[in-house]
Amino acid sequence: MATLSAVLATTHHPFYLKATTAPPEERMPQADEWKRKVEAYRETLTVAKPDILVMVGADHFHQFFSDNYPTFLIGKQPMYDATFYNETREFGLPTFLLQGHEELSGYMLQGLLDRGFDFSVSHELKIDHSIICPIITTRPDADLPIVPIYTNIFAPPLPSPKRFWDLGRAIRSIIDEWPSDLRVAAVGSGHLSLELGGPRQFGETGPDPEFDLQAIEWLRTGDIDGILANVTHESMAGAGNATHGFMDLILMMGIAGPIEASYVDSLDLFHTREAYVTWYPEGAPS
Amino acid sequence: MSIYYVNKFLFQVDGDPELLARYKADPAELVAWWETERGPWLNRVERTTWLGFTETERRALVGHDYVTLFELGAHFFLSLTIFIALYDADYAARSGPLSFQREYAANLAHWMGKEYPSVAL
Repeated sequence: MATLSAVLATTHHPFYLKATTAPPEERMPQADEWKRKVEAYRETLTVAKPDILVMVGADHFHQFFSDNYPTFLIGKQPMYDATFYNETREFGLPTFLLQGHEELSGYMLQGLLDRGFDFSVSHELKIDHSIICPIITTRPDADLPIVPIYTNIFAPPLPSPKRFWDLGRAIRSIIDEWPSDLRVAAVGSGHLSLELGGPRQFGETGPDPEFDLQAIEWLRTGDIDGILANVTHESMAGAGNATHGFMDLILMMGIAGPIEASYVDSLDLFHTREAYVTWYPEGAPS
Repeated sequence: MSIYYVNKFLFQVDGDPELLARYKADPAELVAWWETERGPWLNRVERTTWLGFTETERRALVGHDYVTLFELGAHFFLSLTIFIALYDADYAARSGPLSFQREYAANLAHWMGKEYPSVAL
């Protein structure tokens, strides 16, 4: 059976690359600290020696729009282009050509259907910054095949927080059952409290610092009961109009299970707080 | 209400540098052209026959009026992205980084502490 070598849940700040590669005189004050934290976080994936990455993100109206926006979607392709024109324009992100893993994509799709998750599937998916940002931070060589999974945290009505947890649990059981000697790591990105296009955007901190610290604590302790008792679509909207991306972090905790994280770090930036969480459900790498 | 069509406009124009340049240079021309010539098409052959803007929506798009778009329920991400594309560089050169984004937030300050208009369709 396959080995689940690590589960990573991270925020995806699209300006990381730009902020940390700008000339010294143009760098934001936190750029060096940010880079150190990201490189330390990257090591938690590197030591797990993964062969394949199951990547969880959400299309930000790049390929998909409201004429046909999938609730849950998996890519099944030999390769994936990444980064859209308007992401390069706004964030300075480079393009990538990532390898896919059609066998695991197909096995994952069938396993999800068998478990009551009726996924959409794409054979011409282009990857956006919700997956490319964590590639840049956790695997910048982009040298591993990926299985991309997209969720709708963006175009309401949205699935419930519990549905994201249950989906994570389903993905976990499929990885556990996959008849393969390969090591699979799951890397997913979302948000803590976040406001976009509203009155609380681009403040000195995220729109709800108290939520951010509580959310990190829930992830650190694997406290799904605490999350499900407190986190609703309405409570997330109260913390910032784009906070619903937290549900992808719940999904990642679902892959790990209700266990303590092995690694937790965060960084309070302008506009939002970054969070970097890693679980080793099958034990820490030796 | 045809806020779906407003979102479609923002989505398509933001993703196309030529349309974006036209939206910056002559918004009335681009909005009028898009509403009838580009927006209705599902692909090169098939078209939707019944979509259009209300007068309020048309005026907000022509006026780059992100406050009204917010209040009409246009998707916050689409609005923010396209107006950053139109204004961020000019503002940053004049008043420093993030000055446009902060003015945008300030212009919506009357929504602070209130439930925002829904972006659900």
